[in-house]
Amino acid sequence: MSLTKPELLQAYRKMYEIRAFEERLHLENTGGDIPGFIHLYTGEEAIAVGVCENLTPQDYIGSTHRGHGHCIAKGCDIRGMMAEIFGKETGLCRGKGGSMHIADLEQGMLGANAIVGGAPPLVIGASLTAKTLGNKGVGVSFTGDGGSNQGLVFEAMNMAVVLQLPTIFIFENNGFGEATGHDYAVGGRNITRRAEGFGMPAVRVDGVDFFAVYEAVKEAVQRAREGGGPTAIEAMAYRWHGHFEGDPMLYRAEGEVERLRAEKDPLKIFRSKTRKQLSDAELDAIETEVNALVDEAVSKAKADPYPPAENVLTDVYASY
Amino acid sequence: MAIKTYREAVKEALAQEMERDERVVLIGEDVRGGQAGTASPEKLATIEAFGGVLGVTKGLWTQFGSSRVIDTPITESAIVGMAAGAAMTGLRPVAELMFMDFFGVCYDMIYNQAAKFRYMFGGKAKTPLVMRGMIGAGFSAAAQHSQSPYNIFGSTPGVKVVVPSSPYDVKGLLIQSIRDEDPVIFCEHKALYELKGEVPEHAYTIPLGVANYTREGTDVTIIALSAMVHKANAVADKLLKEGISVEVVDPRTVSPLDEEGILESVASTGRVVIVDESSARFGFAHDVAALIASQAFHHLKAPIVLITPPHTPVPFSPPLEQAWIPSVERIEAAVRKLMEA
Repeated sequence: MSLTKPELLQAYRKMYEIRAFEERLHLENTGGDIPGFIHLYTGEEAIAVGVCENLTPQDYIGSTHRGHGHCIAKGCDIRGMMAEIFGKETGLCRGKGGSMHIADLEQGMLGANAIVGGAPPLVIGASLTAKTLGNKGVGVSFTGDGGSNQGLVFEAMNMAVVLQLPTIFIFENNGFGEATGHDYAVGGRNITRRAEGFGMPAVRVDGVDFFAVYEAVKEAVQRAREGGGPTAIEAMAYRWHGHFEGDPMLYRAEGEVERLRAEKDPLKIFRSKTRKQLSDAELDAIETEVNALVDEAVSKAKADPYPPAENVLTDVYASY
Repeated sequence: MAIKTYREAVKEALAQEMERDERVVLIGEDVRGGQAGTASPEKLATIEAFGGVLGVTKGLWTQFGSSRVIDTPITESAIVGMAAGAAMTGLRPVAELMFMDFFGVCYDMIYNQAAKFRYMFGGKAKTPLVMRGMIGAGFSAAAQHSQSPYNIFGSTPGVKVVVPSSPYDVKGLLIQSIRDEDPVIFCEHKALYELKGEVPEHAYTIPLGVANYTREGTDVTIIALSAMVHKANAVADKLLKEGISVEVVDPRTVSPLDEEGILESVASTGRVVIVDESSARFGFAHDVAALIASQAFHHLKAPIVLITPPHTPVPFSPPLEQAWIPSVERIEAAVRKLMEA
């Protein structure tokens, strides 16, 4: 294993931050204080963290409508995120974006994106900037199995190959686009082979195994930084919640989610794989700290003020 | 002052800004052209096969090289998306869509992405992006290469929309657009590329949102954009000999729109013709007419006249296309009728 103990602890902390954040949102959403829609990432934590532990703040990511996990993994402030989701002035986007548009450019987070397949064309732009400025940065796009069918995703993959851009295309195959299974919607049923067809290396990994994701991304990032062009990675994972909070999931087998929680939990799998390096006490202590952080984020978000109505007119243009 | 064509003025603006700022890059299909052709390797290493589909950027690859003049596949979503992502992360890209009709292929990257970053992200994003493309009918290019959809762009908050009518304006407005911190859609009329006019050698800017009065007059105001400005000018010059004094207002940018510049002229003449190549419904003319009706109704001596194409696609055959384009004759007749009112 190439990771040091502090790195392993950091990876677990990030995965647990996502878990605690999302499960708390699941509860808070039933209280009615969260405006609009939220889409939870629970069950896919190993992908976001396995990717972002390979990145620096100078690298950029672009995300999906299911973006909380990517934001946390890339370093967005949890309090700012929570306040944004509650629609408050103190949110990362000052209450203008909400759950589906959390962005933090200083952390290299180009935004959650509510257009399915929206991130890849933008991320190749961040990659072009890195290539043009010669700063060795990379761009990473997150797209689901649903987004893998969008034409603009194909265009982005082709462009990245043609211009040899430092881009990593992550396809999170969680089995569903909204309420439609990928076996119905993904012709050929194999996103990896599809990406290979554009002329880049592509691998399929077990997306509930942090180490499988981490190692595949490490190789891809190294290749991109050295001028070797783009890579696609299809991470097989499972969505524990519905498409959106409130989705009754009529399309799922009875007991499926319970089975996933027991057998395909990325955090449990991480714990079992790091038994020799990390003690339960160390990991439990992280969970206690993170729970307190999430509690604080929720209390603060609830107490914080909404933006004043006059803000509806601000920040449309830099100048007009 | 040097006389240059509209085409040369566009190229000069690009070259001067690329020289001034190495973050300015050109992105588009055949902005150079000729890669992986079947001509000899020696020839392919030096030629610029197109320099843009109408030769506007020809010479820039030789001057600035492949890292600044970036040939792409014909994939508009990836061109505009890549340019938007690059703009948000530190470059100042000028993306070329060739024909503005092709915005239909990639509008998500403008409409849902570039236009909204700054607002959605609470003011933290800057997207200094220019999207160049051709508008306009008159070349039998038919329904998918002749439209002027600046009205659609103008209805989208977050983008600026520039529609220059002269060589002087196109250079100054393009330099301003490249230096602007917001996404700008820059509409070049294909009928104007050979138009000649005075263009200073040095780099200069024209602010966005300031109308230009190309003719001053007291009887009738014609509001027109792009190629239509020249038709309005021709009518003004002809009728002046008969003692009818026509003012021509060229807003130059659709968004921001110089409302004061328009209303000031309307207040002084009280008679208004709006000439617009965009659309018979929900067009630029309709927006400006609503502005005038709601803000300056008391100044009007007669109903506002709108001259637009019919509510049809642009036809191919020359007589059909000429019947479609707003004509000098229609403008002249409208002014004469207003003078009788």
